[in-house]
Amino acid sequence: MALRIATALAVSFLYLPLVILAIYAFNPSRLLVWPPTGFTLGWFGEAAANPAVIRAVVNSLLAGAVATSIALVLGTLAAYAVQRYRFFGRESISFLLVLPIALPGVVTGIALRTTFTTFGVDFGLMTIVIGHATFCVVIVYNNVIARLRRLPRSPEEASADLGADAATTFRRITLPGMRTALLSGGLLAFALSFDEVIVTIFTAGPGTQTIPMWIYQAIGRPTELPVVNVVALSLVLLSVIPVWLAQRIAGGEAATLTR
Amino acid sequence: MSLSAARRPDSPAPPGRLRRFFTWLHPRRGLQLRLLLAGPIGWLGVVYLGALAILLLNAFWTKDSFTGRVEPFSWTLDAFESLVTVEVYRTIAVRTVVMAFLVTLTDALIAFPIAYYMARIASARTRGILVIAVLMPLWAAYLAKVYAWRTIIQGKGILEWALAQFGIAGPGLDEIANTWLVLSYLWLPYMILPIYASLERIPGSLLEASADLGGRAGATFRRVILPLVFPGVVAGSIFTFSLTLGDYITPDLVSDTKFIGNVIYDNSSLGSLPLAAAYSLLPVAIMIVYLFVARRLGAFESL
Repeated sequence: MALRIATALAVSFLYLPLVILAIYAFNPSRLLVWPPTGFTLGWFGEAAANPAVIRAVVNSLLAGAVATSIALVLGTLAAYAVQRYRFFGRESISFLLVLPIALPGVVTGIALRTTFTTFGVDFGLMTIVIGHATFCVVIVYNNVIARLRRLPRSPEEASADLGADAATTFRRITLPGMRTALLSGGLLAFALSFDEVIVTIFTAGPGTQTIPMWIYQAIGRPTELPVVNVVALSLVLLSVIPVWLAQRIAGGEAATLTR
Repeated sequence: MSLSAARRPDSPAPPGRLRRFFTWLHPRRGLQLRLLLAGPIGWLGVVYLGALAILLLNAFWTKDSFTGRVEPFSWTLDAFESLVTVEVYRTIAVRTVVMAFLVTLTDALIAFPIAYYMARIASARTRGILVIAVLMPLWAAYLAKVYAWRTIIQGKGILEWALAQFGIAGPGLDEIANTWLVLSYLWLPYMILPIYASLERIPGSLLEASADLGGRAGATFRRVILPLVFPGVVAGSIFTFSLTLGDYITPDLVSDTKFIGNVIYDNSSLGSLPLAAAYSLLPVAIMIVYLFVARRLGAFESL
């Protein structure tokens, strides 16, 4: 009974700020004062018409799409190599692949920023993508390797015995087996890229904003706060939907902890 | 040949040259491996490890005080010297590590009851719902969660309103305790899930055996459950610790106290890049030691 109450309290704690955020998003008042004064959908229209918000959303979508594509290719190749081959240095490679999420985000951020500055690379959407792809690879890798571990090898061996070369076996046997893992890994990588801000701030130039960066700057401008409420709530929903889908697609297998 | 005739018609043969290449590649496992790894290792090994190496080098380079540019290969220990001699940097380092400990401890204490309920008491259906219920806030946009807490804590927010019912004043946005509260909130799911996973793996027969041998609930908990769950707690603490060490946005938004991340961020564009680089080696060193200890404690199997 006591455990039940503790569980209920912990879950309420986890959802409390999300509920408050949702309430403020529909509050007609310009000020963040409790209790709310009524109900309106007006701020949603205002957010959708805000040119800076639209630009930031476009940037986030582009960065997410490109970073996810890079991560899908590199993460799958790495997972296939580590899981299906035995070689010297295999342990170090699997360690290298988790490093971007094991080290604090600020370190990844400052390291990339220092490197771009040292080599005179111009900051912009491309530098954001490079940062995002670095940790998105880890997400795809984790999802694909979890699937490869469970995928029986006999169909691959049968395919090879029947004369198929490595590429044909991969395309006809291995790839269909990994499809849902790729889909869920891609969704999770996109969700992570879409709401990442700690590394992004370090790798973005002065002219390029993603949607979390827009929120971070707009928090300092009191007149923008009603729009911030709406954008923040939308960001919560947009970051949770891919995870929910990934769970449905890959079940409990989706490596959802290592974001 | 009969084998190629058996191929299904929906799969056209690759163009001749490519096909010959794959046939040639087929027995060469070593070359296949190299081709597979070239991309991922090129990316993570060169871009990521390379960036970390350049960060390390920058910590030893001189910043030209006139132009503000960092001069490559101009070796100096200035950055480290200021980190050691300037008292505020030492204070901030200690504060950050203490905060990481406090957040980890808080999360472990809150996470254990809910993880225990999920793993050993709840029905399969409730368990499934609870796992999702814990996962969703973990993935919900980080900045939106921090911002939501800011609206709760700030003056005229719901916290001040609720406390006013009891005649207590609200904390406002400059208490260091806010950072502790919000960081504990943010990383809680990272602690719940590994503890839940390790509790779920304990065979029921072990607990029955302990009871049969006369172990009371307290003794079973202390001598059977805790030792088996400990690696899970350590696994969760890798996240709570590392994420706290690297966060600069939460302290900035909900309090006015600086942490290691804030100093790194403040120095990254306007201040001294070598100083930021040198300071960021501290969380890296702490995490490398932490990961090493965690692996010895068996935490990697619980990740």
